[in-house]
Amino acid sequence: MIRDITIGQYYPADSLLHRLDPRVKLLGTLVFIVSLFIADSWLGYVLAAAFLALMIRLSNVPLKFMLRGLKAVMILLLISVGFNIFLTDGEHVLLEFWIIKITWEGVKQALFMGTRLIFLIMGSSLMTLTTTPNQLTDGLETGLGFLKKIHVPIHEIAMMMSIALRFIPILIEETDKIMKAQMARGADFETGGLIQKAKALVPILVPLFISSFRRATDLAMAMEARCYNGGDRTKMKPLKYETRDYITYVVFAIYLALMILVGRL
Amino acid sequence: MGIIKASKLIYEYIKRDEEGNPEGVNRAVDQVDIDIQPGQFVAILGHNGSGKSTLAKHMNALLLPTEGTIWVGDKDTSLEDNLWDVRRTAGMVFQNPDNQIIGTVVEEDVGFGPENLAVPTQEIWKRVDRSLEAVGMTAYRYHSPNKLSGGQKQRVAIAGIMAMKPRCIVLDEPTAMLDPNGRKEVIRTVRELNRAEGITVILITHYMEEVIEADRVYVMDGGRVVMEGTPKEVFARTEELKGYRLDVPQVTELAWELKKAGLPLTDGILTIDDFVDEILAIHQKSGK
Repeated sequence: MIRDITIGQYYPADSLLHRLDPRVKLLGTLVFIVSLFIADSWLGYVLAAAFLALMIRLSNVPLKFMLRGLKAVMILLLISVGFNIFLTDGEHVLLEFWIIKITWEGVKQALFMGTRLIFLIMGSSLMTLTTTPNQLTDGLETGLGFLKKIHVPIHEIAMMMSIALRFIPILIEETDKIMKAQMARGADFETGGLIQKAKALVPILVPLFISSFRRATDLAMAMEARCYNGGDRTKMKPLKYETRDYITYVVFAIYLALMILVGRL
Repeated sequence: MGIIKASKLIYEYIKRDEEGNPEGVNRAVDQVDIDIQPGQFVAILGHNGSGKSTLAKHMNALLLPTEGTIWVGDKDTSLEDNLWDVRRTAGMVFQNPDNQIIGTVVEEDVGFGPENLAVPTQEIWKRVDRSLEAVGMTAYRYHSPNKLSGGQKQRVAIAGIMAMKPRCIVLDEPTAMLDPNGRKEVIRTVRELNRAEGITVILITHYMEEVIEADRVYVMDGGRVVMEGTPKEVFARTEELKGYRLDVPQVTELAWELKKAGLPLTDGILTIDDFVDEILAIHQKSGK
């Protein structure tokens, strides 16, 4: 059961979005998020919705998967909508009793905020759904390569991310094994309150930590033995822009320009 | 001089107490002299704590000698400038298959070594194709290493070393964590590489069966090389091997017991076929 957890919820399919260079998708997502904060009118949101719908259509990812991501943030969404409805002051009062006052401005604000959040989550999950974790780290490494000039260890960070991704399933499997070994000796992880359950996890964490450190030394030695020194390396799969990537950049530029023009009307 | 040569090699671990003060010295490798010729299949045998893994780590400059010298491809490993040359000459495969695979896809892991050597992209692809082919893992190139069996993972690790085109591969107990099938798979692959590609192989192990086809065997105990020779020569000294807490292959043991009981068998029988031949010969003789 514990092995079913997947990290980086990639949806394997063949589509235009899947084939795009990860750098394009990273920058595109950023542009889309910025555009959401520029938008401050009905027209702006219609434009954003239309653009997002087009992207989802091009990605071949079923809408069901996109909506699944929303479930996790439902509470956050409700809280922020709630705050906006009840706490925004305005002239057109719709409802007022005791200390609660709902204004037309409040409702509008809440709607905008809600849509903004939903679009934001859908937009970014569209990126993770169409990009493998590997491509993502590659994209980050190449895309943020300019930061090397100011001594940000971009390559090292990307290497750490990809090693973490490789070891997550192994550590999950190991946790499973340790839990079973302790259950066989009478440990109880099921009953009791929250505190009780948290306490029961401590004997799992200790062996897990020890074995992770052991793995880390082993891996470091194996990497050194394979001549890794973080310095001059070549790439087996270097990222290369294709025509479709340039076209996508232009599309995003047009979208951002449109949003700046009409988003606040 | 051979591809790997050690002269009076000594390595000492310093034992420390909880505050980190030195408490005592543990000599893991003691006055070892070895000379390995290019193209050979060499096995280093030893019980736990015999110093065989410590010796192996010297061949890749992961450990540097406390005293004495070890040369890998004519380079002295203790010199900083030789470090990358040494690691290029002698590739190393470790015991735990999970802890030495870096890539999240098989082919990317094989490409990791050549990437580090700054090999041009096209050449990397060629090397990855060839190495996967050589270990018979081409069909799995797009798989995640997590889904492979232990033997397959070790073959990927071997391919990863092959792609760096070393002249020599050191395998540090590559089969210790595998099931019998995985063990056979890995040993077959290694032997094939030795034969077909002419790569020098140094196999560190405590399984006797894996040693039978080696060109040369070194037996270690307490940090010293205590026996040396061809498998036949070494296994002929069954009693001595038992003294070093090592078992001989079952057939060899049976032949040795029969010989003690009075049958005129030769020393150091290694395979069942040889054994059967000798028994039949004796039978025919006594039949007449």
